[in-house]
Amino acid sequence: MWTFFHKLASPKHFYRISGYLVFWLGAITTILLLAGLYLGLFVAPPDYQQGESYRIMFVHVPSAWMSLFIYVFMAVLSAIYLIWNIKLADVMASSSAALGASFTFLALATGSLWGKPMWGAWWVWDARLTSELILLFLYLGYIALVSAIEDKRTAARAGGVLILVGVVNIPIIHYSVEWWSTLHQGPTVTKFDKPSIHFSMLLPLLLMAAAFQLYYFTVLLIRARAEVVDRERRSAWVQETFSNSASG
Amino acid sequence: MMAPFLALLKRDLLLAFRHRGELANPLLFFLVVVTLFPLGVSPEEALLRKIAPGVIWIAALLAALYSLENMFRSDFDDGSLEQMALSPYPLSLLVLAKVTAHWLVSGLPMLLLAPLLGLFLVMPASAMGVLVLTLLIGTPLLSLIGSIGVALTVGLRRGGLLLTLLVLPLYIPVLIFATNAVSAAAAGMPVTGQLYFLAAMLVLALTLVPLATAAALRISLS
Repeated sequence: MWTFFHKLASPKHFYRISGYLVFWLGAITTILLLAGLYLGLFVAPPDYQQGESYRIMFVHVPSAWMSLFIYVFMAVLSAIYLIWNIKLADVMASSSAALGASFTFLALATGSLWGKPMWGAWWVWDARLTSELILLFLYLGYIALVSAIEDKRTAARAGGVLILVGVVNIPIIHYSVEWWSTLHQGPTVTKFDKPSIHFSMLLPLLLMAAAFQLYYFTVLLIRARAEVVDRERRSAWVQETFSNSASG
Repeated sequence: MMAPFLALLKRDLLLAFRHRGELANPLLFFLVVVTLFPLGVSPEEALLRKIAPGVIWIAALLAALYSLENMFRSDFDDGSLEQMALSPYPLSLLVLAKVTAHWLVSGLPMLLLAPLLGLFLVMPASAMGVLVLTLLIGTPLLSLIGSIGVALTVGLRRGGLLLTLLVLPLYIPVLIFATNAVSAAAAGMPVTGQLYFLAAMLVLALTLVPLATAAALRISLS
């Protein structure tokens, strides 16, 4: 078990193993996505209050979940990199940032589209929306910092510190924004609390959440593979792998 | 442990007073930004009174951001920062001394200017004391949190705009609690809760930030 993990942490083995993983993860992602979309768009009944427009939930909610998950995942990876200096952890963390920012943006955009028919406004300064917007800023700050530093190793460490500082701040930001928005004159539209959701809607939602999760890991591995090859381009195994495939 | 802290604090303050012209810059910035609001929004008293806490605090955030750059810049350029990192004293302690010096020359003067700006924006006298109190607890927080951003970007030639993006989102909780306290005081409501929150954040930052900033400086120096 441990030897497997140690092997996986070496770029060469990672590249080999992740090649198979990408294919299978991609296949399962496609199946889950198609099943989730079919059940969500054709099988699930329209909502008794919101009609058909609630269906954007099947993209919106998984995106919002992913936006937080990726940030925390990046923090864990950064901690692993800073403590044990495992290069692969940093490759994974820096390859995650653009994906996290995309999911955050997707959650904001779909929320905005959903908000218009429901609340009559594209944007309201509600606690959850504001927190999500700040999360987007945190992602963009990380991306800007890492891309501004020339040296890859320094960039990785600096990005790691920033992500860890951000993770400490996320709960503080979240609760302060929540508190602020309850004290301010909130939107007069009554928020629908988490209603007990019917199974016919819950199943596609969970399928979509699983599909998004696997989609993230698939694309993360594809990006990480490219990054690994780029960083190791002078090493023997990369030269070998690519000269063989070029001649063969 | 006190000796190196005080020595560095004294040195930084001395350096700051040798460049007296630069000391006034963040203050003037603070003053001018606040002056723009009545001109740009409306000189109507009721409205000014409503936006006063937010305007003064946002101007303070920007002024703090503007003065952050000088915290480590000259020491980084002339190599003193490397000497500090190599010294036998914990770098986090030296960081704390530098942050303290920075706050004394940039944050503290803002406190003294704040009541005047409050007058400009028709702030009731009852809120004035709370405004100064929030700045007293809040501006050290700004210097502390900002020091992480400066430490991460000090090695970069054009870190200024990047610093804004890194630091401002982290300032949001300070802004929320501080402005809310001042608004509540103006409305005659109790403000202890908000002040305790600010104080709690300050204690948390005082304990954790020097470690993060020291780590960030070592990275920038590598």
